[in-house]
Amino acid sequence: MAEPAAVRLKDMLQKDQILSAGHRMCAGCAAPTVVKLMGMALRGPTIVCEATGCLEVATTIYPFTAWKIPWIHVAFENAAAVASGVAEAMTVMREKGRSEYEHVDVIAVGGDGGTFDIGFGALSGALERGHDMVYMVYDNGAYQNTGIQRSGATLPGQETTTSWAGKVEPGKRQRKKPLAEIVAAHKIPYVATVDPYHYRDFVQKFRRALEVEGPAFIHAYSPCPRGWRSDTSKSIELSKLAVEVGIHPLFEVIDGEEWIMSSPSKNLKELKPLEEYWAFQGQFRHLKDPKWDDFKNQVQDQMNHDWELLKKRCGIE
Amino acid sequence: MSEKFDEIPMAGNIIEPGNAMKYKTGGWRAQRPVHNPENCLWIKNGTCGRCWIFCPDMSVRLVEKDNSRSYEYDYDYCKGCGICANECPTDSITMESE
Repeated sequence: MAEPAAVRLKDMLQKDQILSAGHRMCAGCAAPTVVKLMGMALRGPTIVCEATGCLEVATTIYPFTAWKIPWIHVAFENAAAVASGVAEAMTVMREKGRSEYEHVDVIAVGGDGGTFDIGFGALSGALERGHDMVYMVYDNGAYQNTGIQRSGATLPGQETTTSWAGKVEPGKRQRKKPLAEIVAAHKIPYVATVDPYHYRDFVQKFRRALEVEGPAFIHAYSPCPRGWRSDTSKSIELSKLAVEVGIHPLFEVIDGEEWIMSSPSKNLKELKPLEEYWAFQGQFRHLKDPKWDDFKNQVQDQMNHDWELLKKRCGIE
Repeated sequence: MSEKFDEIPMAGNIIEPGNAMKYKTGGWRAQRPVHNPENCLWIKNGTCGRCWIFCPDMSVRLVEKDNSRSYEYDYDYCKGCGICANECPTDSITMESE
């Protein structure tokens, strides 16, 4: 019998947490909150496979682990490959009568570097092979763990240690890779974007991802106060703002065809200006300089264009 | 976990779930959250709980026993990030210098 997902506070308080205190993530990092909410959606025995990243490094500093469920780390690029192996091994073990569990859920977790860039091939392969697993990316917008280098998830105008802002450059110039859309193009059963502020939405979507047969993908937004040079207390607020300015719109894609916008995004009358999001973060500080006005307008136009396109896809006029 | 080399589990596996609890992160804190129960929705009627949901360090303890509710911080692990104070809808949490 599957455990129900904990969406209300009373149920959440009853549910066992999957991450313990004493992990060494930075103060104010949203990734442990993301993992905590992931735990609220679990339905029974679960194995987590993790790519290298902040979360992997800081939660399992030898000889300690903050994870309370079976957890495996192999390398940066192959979280999806490991998870597909684990999923198939569990199926075979059950068939041979060597597993006492009816079903074991397999979750792969990667950071944005390990998913958008390094592990992308393994992810695409696992999706194509169609293993029954969930891949979750917690997206903090750069390789924060190794010293804030730019990644495919870095936003335009974001300053990192490999895309410095200065006299000539306004930080990264290129767009962010639209990973959820790329994954949806694999025509897998379920793709969703989530953020920790809208926690009910998060838990419900994650549960749905576990329940579908075949691969599912969750894109979670996870603010990083260290790399973003933001106040540690603003992390959750920033994840809310990211939805409101359209950087991280919340939607679901079913079978790669049916696009559904989730209510937090759907209820927005119009997007807030990106300036509001930038104002909180030191990594966008240089954009206050009037010489980047053209660049800022360009980024804002791009954002509005993407938003209109997404609305059209979801059938909202 | 044993520190003797021949007693370490094979492949360096960590066999005790959640043993990071032995490592106290409370020393990282520069500001400590202080809770005022007067307007707190959890104390009043057992709802809200946003501080508990969003706390990245599992340092908020909401306890309900025989219809009375209590609220406390686990200062052994709280890193003082201030997310609870920022997200509290009734401003019942203030950050004070250590």
